[in-house]
Amino acid sequence: MANAQEADAPNLGHAVELRHLHKWYGEFHVLKDINLTVRQGEKVVVCGPSGSGKSTMIRCINRLEEHQRGHLFVEGLELTNDLKQIEAIRKEVGMVFQHFNLFPHLSVLENLILGPTWVRKIPRKEAIETAMMYLERVKIPEQADKFPGQLSGGQQQRVAIARSLCMKPKIMLFDEPTSALDPEMIKEVLDVMIELADEGMTMVCVTHEMGFARTVGDMMVFMDQGEIVEMEAPEEFFANPKNERTQLFLSQILSH
Amino acid sequence: MTDTTNKEDWVSPPKTEVGVIGWMRKNLFSNWFNSVLTLIALYLILTTVPGIIEWALINSVWGDKSPEVCREAQGACWSFIYEKYRFILFGVYPYDEHWRPLCAMIIFLTLIFGSCIKPLWKLGWWIAVTWAVGLVMVGVLMWGGIFGLTYVNQSQWGGLPLTLFLATFGTVFAFPLGIFLALGRRSRMPAIRSLSITYIELIRGVPLISILFMASVMFPLFLPEGVSIDKLLRAQVGIILFGAAYGAEIIRAGLQAIPRGQYEAADAMGLSYWQSMGKIILPQALRITIPPMVNGFIGGFKDTSLVVIIGLFDLLMTSRVAFQDINWRPFFVEGYLFCAAIYFCFCFFMSRYSQWLEKDLAKGQNH
Amino acid sequence: MTIQTGESEGLQPAKAVFYNDPKVRAVFWQIVAVLGVVGVFWFLIHNTMANLDRQNIASGFSFLNLEAGFAIGEGMIPYTAADPYWHAIIVGLLNTIKVAVVGIVFATIIGSVVGIMRLSPNWLVARLATVYIETLRNVPLLLQLFFWYAMIVEVLPRAKEAYGPFLGVYLSNRGFNLPLPDTWSYLGLGAGILIALVTVIWLYRRNKKIHDETGEIKNTLGPGMLIFAVAMLLGWLAGGAPTTLDSPEFKGFSFKGGAEVTAEFLALWLGLTLYTASFIAEIVRSGILAVSKGQWEAAGSLGLSRTQILRFIVLPQSLRVIIPPTTSQYLNLTKNSSLAVAIGYPDIVGITNTTINQSGQAIEGIAIIMAVYLSLSLSISLFMNWYNNKIALVER
Repeated sequence: MANAQEADAPNLGHAVELRHLHKWYGEFHVLKDINLTVRQGEKVVVCGPSGSGKSTMIRCINRLEEHQRGHLFVEGLELTNDLKQIEAIRKEVGMVFQHFNLFPHLSVLENLILGPTWVRKIPRKEAIETAMMYLERVKIPEQADKFPGQLSGGQQQRVAIARSLCMKPKIMLFDEPTSALDPEMIKEVLDVMIELADEGMTMVCVTHEMGFARTVGDMMVFMDQGEIVEMEAPEEFFANPKNERTQLFLSQILSH
Repeated sequence: MTDTTNKEDWVSPPKTEVGVIGWMRKNLFSNWFNSVLTLIALYLILTTVPGIIEWALINSVWGDKSPEVCREAQGACWSFIYEKYRFILFGVYPYDEHWRPLCAMIIFLTLIFGSCIKPLWKLGWWIAVTWAVGLVMVGVLMWGGIFGLTYVNQSQWGGLPLTLFLATFGTVFAFPLGIFLALGRRSRMPAIRSLSITYIELIRGVPLISILFMASVMFPLFLPEGVSIDKLLRAQVGIILFGAAYGAEIIRAGLQAIPRGQYEAADAMGLSYWQSMGKIILPQALRITIPPMVNGFIGGFKDTSLVVIIGLFDLLMTSRVAFQDINWRPFFVEGYLFCAAIYFCFCFFMSRYSQWLEKDLAKGQNH
Repeated sequence: MTIQTGESEGLQPAKAVFYNDPKVRAVFWQIVAVLGVVGVFWFLIHNTMANLDRQNIASGFSFLNLEAGFAIGEGMIPYTAADPYWHAIIVGLLNTIKVAVVGIVFATIIGSVVGIMRLSPNWLVARLATVYIETLRNVPLLLQLFFWYAMIVEVLPRAKEAYGPFLGVYLSNRGFNLPLPDTWSYLGLGAGILIALVTVIWLYRRNKKIHDETGEIKNTLGPGMLIFAVAMLLGWLAGGAPTTLDSPEFKGFSFKGGAEVTAEFLALWLGLTLYTASFIAEIVRSGILAVSKGQWEAAGSLGLSRTQILRFIVLPQSLRVIIPPTTSQYLNLTKNSSLAVAIGYPDIVGITNTTINQSGQAIEGIAIIMAVYLSLSLSISLFMNWYNNKIALVER
C-alpha cells in the first residue's frame, strides 16, 4: 500500500515536514531521501535497528544535526543555517534525551527555569510557578530543591520532560527516553508520556517500547539503513507488516 | 515504499562537503570569525617561518668549518655542533673509550623501550631480572676496572649517559620505595601512616633544588668521620628520595582505584596482607598507574637537568660548557637548540607512548 | 530466641594467643617502626654534631643577626650590605613572592587562551596551539630559563643603544625600563577607575533585578565599558589633565628615573610563565572537554545561545574540573621559581645560598628554605581543599 506522501509541495500548516532529506557523514550516506509529514497533534513513533539513522533523523528536526540535501520545515519555518531561525525553532521544539542531560550543578528548579527566563524572557516568579506546576504534573514536586545527582534515573528523566515542557513547546521529540532506565522505572516515564499524548501534544518518539507505541501512536515509521522502509498506522503495522525487513525486525523485537 | 526515481543523483554527497575543499571549508573558513583567525595565523606563520628557515638552513654553516667562517655567515653555525658534539654527549669521559658510554646508553634505551612493549609484560618478574642484569652491565661498562677495561671514575662521567643514568636509577629505586610509602599511607596503623604522610608531604612541599642542596651539603655531615660519599651518589640519592614521594601518590591513586571487592576476595581466600598485596592488589594497581608513572619518568628525566646547579656534568651542563669555549661563545643558541632537541625527542615520544598506553588500557576496561 | 542475662558472660568471644592477636601485632610493628626511625635520626644527628664540632661551625640561628655584607640586585624593600642576614632573607622572600604572583597571573591568562585555541574548530589555530604546548612541555625548564636569559643578555643591545619603541619604554640587555606617573594629579585617574567599578557593579545588580522581575535581558558589558572610558577621561581631566611622566633616561652608566624590570626578573618571569602556561593550557582543554556533549545539546535544544550555554552550563562545570590541577600548577610555579639561583635572580634560595656560603651555616640555611616553601605549599593546599569541598557537586 502506497503511503500518502506523494505530494512534493510541503504543507506549511503541518508541524514537521521532511522533503527529500539527505545526510552524509563524510562519505557515509546516513539518511537517504527521507520524506515525512507530522501533522498537528499527531504522535509518530520511529523504530528500527541500531544504525538505521532514526536518532539522526529526529536530531535534524531541532538542528542538533545538519542535513545536506532536501528541505526541513518546522511549524512552517524552513530550517537553514540561519542562527536566528534555528533559535526560533528550538523554542517551539522540546527534546528529551536518552541520558537525560540534566545540568548537575543546578537544582531541579533552576534546571526548569533556565530556559524560560533566559530564552523566553519570562519573569522569574512566573517561571517558578510554571515549573512547580509541571513538577506536579510529573509527580515529583517535592524534589524541586534537590540536585540531579540525588535523584533516581526515572525521576531524572521526568524532570527532563518537565524541563522541556516549561518552554511550552508545540512539538516534543523523544530520543529513546527509556533505554537508559532500569526496568522498574520505565513505567513511570511512559505514564507521563502517555498523559502528554492524551492532552494533544505533537510527538515524535524514537523508542523500542512497542506497548507504548500501540497505545499512543498514530503512525509507525520503520527505518533501516537510512531509509524509511514502511510507514502506517499501528494496527496495520503490527498485524500486517508489508516489507520483509519490517517483518524481520518485528519478529526479533517482539519475541520476548 | 518510496519509489526511487533518480537514485544515481543522490549516491554521492555534495562536492563542497568532501575532499580538500570540503575540509578547508569546515576547518579553516567555516564562518567569518574563523576565516579572520586563519588569515591572522597565516600572517604570523609567513612572517616568522621563512626567517627561521633562512637562519637555520639556507644561510647556515655546516661541517668542519672554523669559528671565523661562522662569524662571517648570517645563519646558524652548525659546525659548532659538529666540533663539539662528542663533548656535549659524553662530557669529559676519556675520548677513546666513548664506545663504552655509548653501549651503556644503548642498553638503557633497550631496557626502557623493551619494557614499553606490551606483549613482553607477560614475562612478569623476568622483566625485573632483565633490568638487574642490564644495569649491572651498564655499571661494568661505565666504571670498567675488570674484563680488561680501564677504570673510569664517576667524576669523569658526563653528558647524555649521565642524564640517563640519574633518571633511570632514580626511577628504578624510587619505585619500590614509593610502593612502601603508598602502602604505609593507606595503613590502618596510625604511627606508620603518620610517618608516611609526613615524609610525602614534606618532600612534595619543597622544590627539588632544596633536596639537591640538602643532599650535596648535608649528606657528608650525616656520615661518621672518615666515611665520604661521592657527589654523584649524593645527587642520585636526592633524586630517589624526591621521586619516591611523587611516585607514592601515583601508586596510592592506583590502589584507591581497585574496588573494595578485590581486597575482600583476597582476604576471604585466607591470604596474608603481604600475599594479597603482592599477588592480587599490586599487580592490578600497577597496571593502572603505568601511564602516570611514565609521565613521572618524563618529568624526572627533565628534572635531572637541575644537577647543573650542584656542579654535575649532565647533558645541560656539558652543552653550556661547550659554548663557554672562547672561540665558540656567540653560538649559544645552536648549543641550546641541540640540547633541547635531544630532550624534546625523548620526552615527546615517551609522552605520545603514554597517551597511547592510556587509551589502550582503557579499552580493556569497558565495563 | 531469648538470651538469659545470666549467660551474657559466656557469649564473650574467646581471646587469641597474644602474639597472634592483630592488635598486639599492630602495636608491635609500630613500635619497631618508630624505634627504627628514631634510631636512624639519632645516628645522623650524632654524626652531624660531631662533624660540625670538628669544623668549628656553630649551631643555632643566632647568625641571622650578623651583618650580611653582600649587595642584592633588586628588592621590594630598602636594603644595604650593612643590614643583618635575616633582613636579606626577607628581601629574598619578597622577591620570590613577587615573581610567583606575577607568573601565576600571566600563566593563567596565557594558558587559558592557548587551551581555548587548542579546542578551536579552526585547524590552523588548533595546530599552532599544539606546537606551543608540545615544544614547551618537553624541554626542561632550566634549559628554557638559561635560553631566555642568554637571549636577553647577549642579543639585546647595550643600555646605551637600547631599543626604544615608544613612550619612554626601553628594552636592553639590562632589562626593561618603563615610565611612571610622577605627579599626584594622576590620582584623579585612579579615582575615576574606582568610581567606574562601583557604578558598574551597581548597574549589574540592577540589571539582574530587572531580569528577575520582568524577564527583560539588559546588557551590562557594553554600557560598562562606556562607563569606564568616560570615568577615566573625567578623572584625568579633573586632575588637571597631567601628561608628564617620569621617563627613564640614560645618563652616565645607567638609566635614571622610571621603573626598571631587571633582565634576571624578565628571564625568570618569561620562562616560568610560558612553561607553566603550557601545562595550564592542557588542563583548561581537558576541563572544557570534560563537559559532555549532551550538556551542550540539552542546553542548545532549550534555545540558549552559544554565549548563554558557555556562561550558565559549560564554564561552571568545567571550572570544577580545572581548578584543582591548576592550583597544583601554581604550586609548581612557586617551587620552580627556586631555579632563579641559576640565573642570578635574588630569590629566597639565591640569597639563602649566599648566606650559607658566607656564614657556613648550611643546615640552618637549608632548613629556612624548606620551611618557607613548606608554608607556601601547605597554605595553597589548604585553600584548595576548602575550595574543592565548597563547590563539589551534590550527589547522593
